[in-house]
Amino acid sequence: MDFNDSPEEAAFRDHARDWLKENAPKRDTARARRSADEIVEAKSWQAKKAQAGYACIPWPKATGGGGGTPMQKVIFDQEEAAYGLNFGIFEIGLGMCVPTVLAFGDDATKARFAGPAVRGDEVWCQLFSEPAAGSDVAASRTKAVLADDGSGDWIIDGQKVWTSGAHYSDFGILLVRTDPDVPKHKGLTMFWIDMHDPAVEVRPIHQASGGSEFNEVFFTGLRVKDSQRLGEVGKGWNVALVTLMNERLAVGGATGINWPELMAMAREIPGANGEGTALKDAGFREKLADWYVMAEGLKMTRARSMTALSRGQTPGPEASVGKVVSALQLQDMASEAMDRLDQFGIIDDPALAPLAGAFQQGYFWAAGLRIAGGTDEILKNIIAERVLGLPGDIRVDRDVAFKDQPRGA
Amino acid sequence: MNFDWSDDQKALKGEARRFLDERCPTTRVRKVLDDAATLYDADLWKQVAELGWVGAAIPEEHGGTGLGHIELCALAEELGRSVAPIPFSSTVYLFAEAIMLAGSEAQKTAILPKIAAGDLIGAVASSEGPGGLTPGGLRCKVEGGRLTGEKLPVTDGSIAHHAIVLAQDGQRPSLFLVDLTGEGVSRETLKTLDPTRDAAKLTFANALAERLGEQGQGLDLLQRIFDRAAVPMAFEQVGGAERCLEMAKDYAMQRYAFGRVIASYQAIKHKLADIYVKTELARSNAYYGAWALASGAAELPTAAAAARLSATEAYDFAAKENLQTHGGMGFTWDADCHLHYRRSRQLGLMVGGPPVWRERLIGELEKRNAA
Repeated sequence: MDFNDSPEEAAFRDHARDWLKENAPKRDTARARRSADEIVEAKSWQAKKAQAGYACIPWPKATGGGGGTPMQKVIFDQEEAAYGLNFGIFEIGLGMCVPTVLAFGDDATKARFAGPAVRGDEVWCQLFSEPAAGSDVAASRTKAVLADDGSGDWIIDGQKVWTSGAHYSDFGILLVRTDPDVPKHKGLTMFWIDMHDPAVEVRPIHQASGGSEFNEVFFTGLRVKDSQRLGEVGKGWNVALVTLMNERLAVGGATGINWPELMAMAREIPGANGEGTALKDAGFREKLADWYVMAEGLKMTRARSMTALSRGQTPGPEASVGKVVSALQLQDMASEAMDRLDQFGIIDDPALAPLAGAFQQGYFWAAGLRIAGGTDEILKNIIAERVLGLPGDIRVDRDVAFKDQPRGA
Repeated sequence: MNFDWSDDQKALKGEARRFLDERCPTTRVRKVLDDAATLYDADLWKQVAELGWVGAAIPEEHGGTGLGHIELCALAEELGRSVAPIPFSSTVYLFAEAIMLAGSEAQKTAILPKIAAGDLIGAVASSEGPGGLTPGGLRCKVEGGRLTGEKLPVTDGSIAHHAIVLAQDGQRPSLFLVDLTGEGVSRETLKTLDPTRDAAKLTFANALAERLGEQGQGLDLLQRIFDRAAVPMAFEQVGGAERCLEMAKDYAMQRYAFGRVIASYQAIKHKLADIYVKTELARSNAYYGAWALASGAAELPTAAAAARLSATEAYDFAAKENLQTHGGMGFTWDADCHLHYRRSRQLGLMVGGPPVWRERLIGELEKRNAA
C-alpha cells in the first residue's frame, strides 16, 4: 500500500511536467472568473494541450484525444493544477455532453463535433433541469413537436434552468418532451442544439448569493433538424442516464477553503473567554479535528479511486461520497468561521473580512453546492439504491400519462 | 498509485473471513458473553496463533511470520467484523508492539516468540481512574525494581501472563514489564459494558518490575504505542461498522411495516447511506494509517489520530443505527445488535476516547505548523 506511481505512470508524469514547464502560460489571476478575457485564455490553453495530446487524454486519437488512460488524465490534471490552469469551462462539455454526442450521434455528427470540442474551439452546456423538474429531471416539460411542413424538423418551446456556462456555450444537449400522452420516462427525446440560434435566449439567474454564475435558457419556436436528435424518439431518458452517469464523475466536491484556512484564521482571533486565541478554545478544537478527519478521509478516498484507475479498473462506489460530505462540511465550517469572528463575522466586504471574505462566500457557495449536480437527498438515495441495493421509492407516476400527472404551480 | 489491498492481501482477507465465519459465529461470541467464568475463547485464540495471525507483524527472527503491518490490518478488519472474543488487540496491537518498539534485544528474544506461538497473552496497563491520563494523577510507582499500586481497567488483565505498566519512576513515569503470574500481583475481573472482552483490576504489592525502554520516557512511549495500536484497531472498527451496515440492510429488506419493506422508506435508506459514508471515510483514513504504520512515516501521529477518530465515529454510529433499524427486536438479548453496541464502546475507549485523540490531533497539527 503506497502512493507511488508505477514506472509507466512516473514516466508519463515526467513528460507532463517537462511539457508544462515548457508550455504553461502564467495565468492572469487578476481577471474576473468567467470574463470574456478569461475564456479566451482558457480556449488558447486548451488548444495547446490538444495539439500535444494532453486534452481528453483517455479519448481515442481519432476523436482528437490523447489515446491514453484515465490514470494519465488524473496525473496530468494533478500537474496542471500546480500551475492554476484548471479553468473549468470545458468540464461539462467534455465530461458529459460530448461523450453523450459520441455515444448516440451519427458518424457525421461525431466527426463534426469531437475535434473542435477537444481543441476548445467550441464549448458545450447541458440543458436538463427545469423550474418544475429538478431532482425529478424526467418531469421535463420543454416540448418538441414535429413541424407541420413535412420537413421532419422539430419545433421546441419551453425553458431550462441552472445551466452552467450557457452564456459562453456554442452548443448544448437538450432534453425535451416529444410525447405527453405516455408516462414521463417514455416521452422524452434528446437533441443537440446551436446556442447561437436567435430562438435561444440566455438570461443570467440572480442567485441567492447575489452573484450570477448560472442561467435560465428560453426556447421560443426553436427549429432543429431531425439529424440533431441523439438516440431514438422517446428514448431520451436512456440518453440522459448516460450523461448523468458521467456527471457523477465530473461534479467534484467542494474545493477552496478548508480546515487549514479555518485553523489559520482561528490562530489570529481572540478566544471566546477573552483569553488566548480561538484556536485554543476546546469547542473549536473538537470541531476542527472532526473536519480534518473528514477532509483527510475524502482525500484518501480519492486515492482509492485513483488506485482503481491505475490498476485499469472502474473506481468503486466509494467515489460517490465526495460531494455529500464536502458540501455540508463547507457550510458548517463557514458558519463556524463566522461564529468565531463574532460580530465581525457578518462583514463580507473583501477589503475587511479575513481571507477576503472567503468564508462568507463559502457560506453561500455551499448552499448551492448541496443542491447542484444532485441534492444531498438524491445522492443519499443513489447510495442507498445503487450501492447498497435497497429498493427504489414507490413511484405513483410510473404508469400515468405525463399530461395527466398532478403538478403544482 | 497503489492505495488499496494487493491481490495477496485480498486473498489473506478472504481466507480470514471464511475461517472466522466458520469458527467465530456469534453463537461462539455469546458463549463468552453468557458465561461469566469464560473470559475468552481459548480454542479460537490457539487457532489464530497456529494460523500465524498473532505473529503477523513480528519478524521471523523473533518467531513471527513477518507478514507485516498491512497484513495485520487486513486480519484486524475481519476480526472486528466477527466481534472475536480473543485477546488479540491487547496482545498483538499493544503488548507486542510495545516490546518491538521499546524492548531490549533480550526482552524481544525472551518474549516475542512466545507471543507469536500464542503462549503468552499480554496487556498494557495505563489507566488508574476516571478521565484521561495525566502525569500528576499517576499513583503506581516503582522503587528498587518493585511495583506498587492499582491499575484499572486493564483489558485482558485477568488472563494476561505479562503486562506493561506505566508507573512513576523517580521524577517521571517509565514503562515496566511485569510478570503477572509472579508474586505480589492480584487480579480482580471487572464488570464492563462488553463482557465478550476481559478487563481486570490489577493490584501490585512489591511486584517485580523490569524497565521497558528508557527511564522517564513512559508517557511518550505509551503515546507511540497507542499510535501504533490505533491503526489496526481502526480496522477492527471498520470491520465492525461494515458488519452493522450489512445487518441493518438485511433486516430492513425483510421487515414489513405499513405494507412494504422498511428498506423502501427514505428515513431508513438515508440512515443506511449515512452509515456507508462514515464507514468509507473511516476505511480511507484507516488505509492511510496502515500506510504510515507500515512505512514508518513521520505522519504516523496524525494518520493514527485520523484513523482512530474516523473509525470510532463510524463504528459507534453504525452500531447505534443498526440497533435502531431493528426496532424493538434490536433491543432484545437474542438479536446480535448489542454485541456491536458493546464492542464499539470497548474499542472506542481502549486506547483513549475521542476527546483525547481530537486534542492530540490538533496538537500535532499545531506542531507541524510551528515547525
